[in-house]
Amino acid sequence: MTVQAWTFVIVGLTFALYMGIALWSKARSTGEFYVAGKGVHPVANGMATAADWMSAASFLGMAGLISFAGYDGSVYLMGWTGGYVLLALLLAPYLRKFGKFTVPDFVGDRYYSQTARIVAVFCAIFVSFTYVAGQMRGVGLVFSRFLEVDIHFGVMIGMGIVFMYAVLGGMKGITYTQVAQYCVLIFAYMVPAIFISIMMTGNPVPQLGMGMMETGSGTFLLDKLDDLHELLGFASYTDGSKGMFDVFCITAALMVGTAGLPHVIIRFYTVPRVRDARSSAGWALLFIAILYTAAPAVAVFARTNLIDTVANQEYASMPPWFGKWEQTGLITFDDKNGDGWIQYLGNPAANELTIDPDIMVLANPEIADLPAWVIGLVAAGGLAAALSTAAGLLLVVSSAISHDLLKRALMPTITEKGELIAARVSAAVAVLIAGYLGINPPDYVAATVAFAFGLAASSFFPAIIMGIFSKRMNREGAVAGMVTGISFTALYIIWFKFVDPASNVEANWLWGISPEGIGTVGMGINFLVALVVSRMTPRPPDEVVKMIEEIRLPRGSGEAHEISA
Amino acid sequence: MIDRRAYWTANIRYVTILLLVWFTVSFGFGILLVEPLNEIRLFGSGFKLGFWFAQQGSIYVFVLLILIYVRLMNRLDKRYGVSEDEDSAE
Repeated sequence: MTVQAWTFVIVGLTFALYMGIALWSKARSTGEFYVAGKGVHPVANGMATAADWMSAASFLGMAGLISFAGYDGSVYLMGWTGGYVLLALLLAPYLRKFGKFTVPDFVGDRYYSQTARIVAVFCAIFVSFTYVAGQMRGVGLVFSRFLEVDIHFGVMIGMGIVFMYAVLGGMKGITYTQVAQYCVLIFAYMVPAIFISIMMTGNPVPQLGMGMMETGSGTFLLDKLDDLHELLGFASYTDGSKGMFDVFCITAALMVGTAGLPHVIIRFYTVPRVRDARSSAGWALLFIAILYTAAPAVAVFARTNLIDTVANQEYASMPPWFGKWEQTGLITFDDKNGDGWIQYLGNPAANELTIDPDIMVLANPEIADLPAWVIGLVAAGGLAAALSTAAGLLLVVSSAISHDLLKRALMPTITEKGELIAARVSAAVAVLIAGYLGINPPDYVAATVAFAFGLAASSFFPAIIMGIFSKRMNREGAVAGMVTGISFTALYIIWFKFVDPASNVEANWLWGISPEGIGTVGMGINFLVALVVSRMTPRPPDEVVKMIEEIRLPRGSGEAHEISA
Repeated sequence: MIDRRAYWTANIRYVTILLLVWFTVSFGFGILLVEPLNEIRLFGSGFKLGFWFAQQGSIYVFVLLILIYVRLMNRLDKRYGVSEDEDSAE
């Protein structure tokens, strides 16, 4: 069978599976719609969290990014896993004990303020939409490359699938679908990684293979890659070129941003007990770590293979995958000196080959000459990653609108049925907007990802942390902290990304911190402002202090969430 | 009577120690000390130690930290009688 036939079969089978699960677990109450009846086993919840978290960016984008950035790519690896430690130790158990549905719920109740709640609602919606647009785009890319359909048609198919299980199934449908999607995506990621690891190093574990000697050459793979980079004039693979303080700040912003993302936090409301929330975070990180420790290995293999295949080779002798990706415009060859050979060099003036890092994971099995079914599997895995994340995000958007904005702020008398209808309608509208953004992406999608993390880091995280660990923190402090933290971060990013992109170079940055890392400073400002303001304004009321004391003890978590009948 | 203060102090102590390790392996070994550590090879493999911590080691330690935290807290909950298993006894 051809690559295309395999892709049809594998993608078709996995989609049928997701649909079946969504229909089987249709939500009946609002409680089930938002948090799956709070009865999900921690291992299942860990898998669902992992699928929720690992988006098209993790599955398709990350290894490619690391492949081209080398050591500098470590910020994503440490940033997107280290956040789970913060989540497990500082947030998840307490938020589960608090026992309401959403992040704005916590912020609104803890700081006894509708203003704080509404600020949190808008942050949640903005952060989530930023992500969804990227996921829809990823779906469209996979479809258009492997099913050879138009990218618009690809996005529409994706919208239909997400609509089916997010809008009809709610959180319950999503949770079990995401468990299935995790299995598909991790299998799809590891199979080619293991194949290539055996081919290149003889070791079947990619995480170990990347530190081994290359089969037949007697040099370590990493040393060979460093030598190749030096030879071609690229920065050394294992040393990197970003400033140390910038690497520090980007890693911190990604970690804290991860711990503050509403669609990840909401998952910890779905387990039955506080101790399940703790272990659920552990399971989630374990499942995520399998992919995240394999990604740098995939990056090394792909980079070495790529350089071996293309550098200083005759253009006419390139394998078929090269031409196919050239057609998509993601590989371009410009024979500057007209000799018909590919000069792939670090010096931009002499370099003749441009490769989009996003294609590396999809192209990797073909570059390594793996069988056609593996390529189909990778396509199915990429779709699983994109769809699971999109569905989780859409749920956050719909719950923010129907629950936080309508029920808790604007229309407190709304019935449970009315709330459920409002949730479905807002999920449907969100799917349509996300689809529109996927078809007509604003060309700053990549830039807005930094925006989402920076916002989450500089707004939610300090507010939640201080809400749990400081009894003295009050409404005035939290609101002032969130507003100044967000404003500073947003203005810095907007300035360098949208207003004056030409000045976005290290010399102009504050203390050498790039817009990607500025959320760390924003977070610091948030903490500082909140502490100072809270000391100058009245203490929080007694019932709030009592609530904090209750949140700190696991016992009694069963009573806290009798919200829906 | 539950000794809330002692329970909370013990909890904070665990979290502080675990976060110190968290900081050391990632920000410490993976970023601030990466250059001196890169002079060392991990068990004679191709991994420079600092690079390994940044791309592999820190992640393994993160997983371990959460597992340790879960065990410590379950024990602590039992010792102070605040475990959820006690709910049914109320």
